Amino acid sequence: MRYAETGFNLEIDLSRGSIERVATDPRDTALHLGGQGTAAKILWERVGPEVDPFSPDNLLIFSTGLLHGTPVPGANRTSVDTFSPQTDRYSHSLFGGFFGPELKHAGYDKIIIRGKSPDFVYLWIHNGKVELRDATHLEGKGALDTASTIKAELKQPEAQVAAIGLAGENRVFMATIEHANSSASRGVGVIMGDKRLKAIAVRGTNDINVARPEELFGISSPMYEAIYENPDCGDLLAHEDDEEFHVNNFAWGNARERQKGYWNHEREEQWTAITESVRLRWTGCYNCPKDCHMAVSYPGRPPYFQKCYSKLTYAMAAYEEIGFNYDILGVTQEHGLDGFSTPQVLAFAVELYDAGILTDEDLPDFPPDGAGRFFYLVEKIVHREGIGDVLANGVYHAARAIGKGAEEYDHNTMKKFEQVPLKLSMINYPYFLMYATGEKMNITQIEGSYPQVPIADLEERKAFTERWAAAPERFKEYFMEWEPRAHPTVEASINIADWNETMHYVDDAVGTCAFLSSFTGQWAGQPPYHIHNLPDFISHATGLDLDSDGLWKIARRNRNLIRAINVRRGLRRADEKPPADHWKKRDPEMEQKLLDAYYEFKGWTNDGIPTKQTLDDLSLGYVSDDLVERGILSGDEQSGSEATVGASAE
Amino acid sequence: MTDAKGTAAVKDLADKKVLKHIKVDLDKCIGCRACEMACSAFHSKPRFSSTNPARSRIRVVIDEKNDMYVPIRAGDYTPAECTGRHKYTINGKEYNECSFCGVSCPSRDYFIEPDSGLPLKCDMCEEDPTLTEPWCVKVCRCDCLTFAEEEDDREEQPEKRDEMEIGLESLILKHGLDKVLDMVARMSSKG
Repeated sequence: MRYAETGFNLEIDLSRGSIERVATDPRDTALHLGGQGTAAKILWERVGPEVDPFSPDNLLIFSTGLLHGTPVPGANRTSVDTFSPQTDRYSHSLFGGFFGPELKHAGYDKIIIRGKSPDFVYLWIHNGKVELRDATHLEGKGALDTASTIKAELKQPEAQVAAIGLAGENRVFMATIEHANSSASRGVGVIMGDKRLKAIAVRGTNDINVARPEELFGISSPMYEAIYENPDCGDLLAHEDDEEFHVNNFAWGNARERQKGYWNHEREEQWTAITESVRLRWTGCYNCPKDCHMAVSYPGRPPYFQKCYSKLTYAMAAYEEIGFNYDILGVTQEHGLDGFSTPQVLAFAVELYDAGILTDEDLPDFPPDGAGRFFYLVEKIVHREGIGDVLANGVYHAARAIGKGAEEYDHNTMKKFEQVPLKLSMINYPYFLMYATGEKMNITQIEGSYPQVPIADLEERKAFTERWAAAPERFKEYFMEWEPRAHPTVEASINIADWNETMHYVDDAVGTCAFLSSFTGQWAGQPPYHIHNLPDFISHATGLDLDSDGLWKIARRNRNLIRAINVRRGLRRADEKPPADHWKKRDPEMEQKLLDAYYEFKGWTNDGIPTKQTLDDLSLGYVSDDLVERGILSGDEQSGSEATVGASAE
Repeated sequence: MTDAKGTAAVKDLADKKVLKHIKVDLDKCIGCRACEMACSAFHSKPRFSSTNPARSRIRVVIDEKNDMYVPIRAGDYTPAECTGRHKYTINGKEYNECSFCGVSCPSRDYFIEPDSGLPLKCDMCEEDPTLTEPWCVKVCRCDCLTFAEEEDDREEQPEKRDEMEIGLESLILKHGLDKVLDMVARMSSKG
């Protein structure tokens, strides 16, 4: 019997309309766990570097995490993995809610979608019965509306649905996949639309078995209280009415300027009143006591769920107030648009208009106000109408297609992808490394375990490290040595970047939410899940006997495999740099030194390619063979073997 | 009224007739369905060995578009569908009474074992030693579900009536006294 996982994947070929249930190899679980990890192996093996993201040969993979459906609270984030037409690289996103656990109860660990359907279809999975159904009647429908229509027509109110809106249908690069109270962003909805797959509905009523029931339940049940009572986990910002941090520190417009002093008591009262008037309730995801998602009803808009920092992104990009943000989310959530990248594309277009690069010819009847302009542009983009067809490819590609100096206004993308609108003064070493070398396209998917600032009071700092169970020992030393306003050492910086990203690779394989784990330690050092307690949850659930070092090694394997996927598609050191103006004061010499040290520490070549020895040590010999065969590696490159010893959980 | 979470208080009540309640505050439900997971795990055999919300004796009925989150608990089994159902209108949307009914019944697949088709019924996680609260309540940290034990202060029920008496009475009600007497006479003459 397989524990925690089902041992089967669903293979759907949309070109041929075929559906297969395929047994998986338990050795892959031992090597990669699940979720993003096992998905990466499939992408490596089956999607070569020559495959265009819009080719029928590109795969779109929905993966449950290894702990989905087990009693472990907060394991519910579904991983979506494919290749992005925006970056031409590996694309990965996660969404919470209920989809992954339901899929596992239906009897599958993954849905692997290849090919393209001639017309829009949706996939209906009901335990052993799986079918592709016509979805032409759902074309143009909003994402949440699609979900409720499908549930009604199937007479399955308990089915879980993931769907695209008009943005995905029209292959908008910022398209999301929407499910219940959650969304997958970062370039996966466009592929679902390209494959003409409008939605996936799933209902599962099978058991999920775990290896050591008493032990697993024993450590899982206290987690409800531990998570619920912990004020420093969950989405802290979602619940906050005091927006000072965001409105003062994030950049407004097209990631342009900070508005210091914008926030005041009066505004806080106004915004709070608006928020309270539109809030229906707070909701949570499967088997988690935190309520991070706000159900919203804005007058004249269909109800939707607002999550994370999207409550401010549109307002700040348009120089508007929070009421506008709730209003436009009522439109963009149904269209299925990413609340991080879309506002930047809109603000970019407004800047081009103001600069005379886009004209009234491009934007006929363009409204004069920020709000009006954003609504106008959203419709142009999701219908790919006129200039919207260009803007729908994101800032990087739009800038080059428009020309006439528009490239100068593309200042906040990295590796062709929109970044968080943050403009800071002094370069930050660990953050430089995370931005430059991360594979997950958004800093929030890379940072999170190590605090962003030192605690000034030494006694307090000492107390912090004493209760810091999440941290391997060396980080307590770095933290104690960290002088306020000083840079961590190079050694500390590479370790911090490494630990931060390692925890995301753990979460994204087992399905635990970053708000309970990898994104969460940075506030108070008290994430409910961390490198020292997760091995017990995984071991009791699966029967694998895993310790912290073992888990760290698996995360490193997944990280290197994904690195290799991108390297095979052309990623090199020259691509590894943050947006040019992310920090006002840069240090080019130090940056190169940091990259040298980081690559060596990771066991990569000086060009950022994992060496044969690094890959072979991680049981990725088939990867190194391929890279050698392609001439990407000679096989004789030096590995930073000394440094990799340092990358452990102790 | 007793503090549900104090074991000592529960002990004091051991000799008295106690009513167990799970109170539901609909406004507090966040729709996480931890109650379903925990219920199914507790009732799996061996205990906690598997999870399956479809086997749970508590189900959160969710209609996201209408902001409706209603945990319902499995009650008694009925072999027949009921007639003359109510319709509820909530936020302008009409729901059939079945949507919120806890009865295990043939008209829908709630509270029916997915494999055997047998009815499921909430047993308040009864076991020895007594749990301080049922598992669904234990995992519901947002306090949508709370557990309370109350001393039963209703009038003592009249003494239990004889089963035969109840049976005969219903036969007489249905067929009339004469017909029943006739039947008894005929059956006794056959010896």
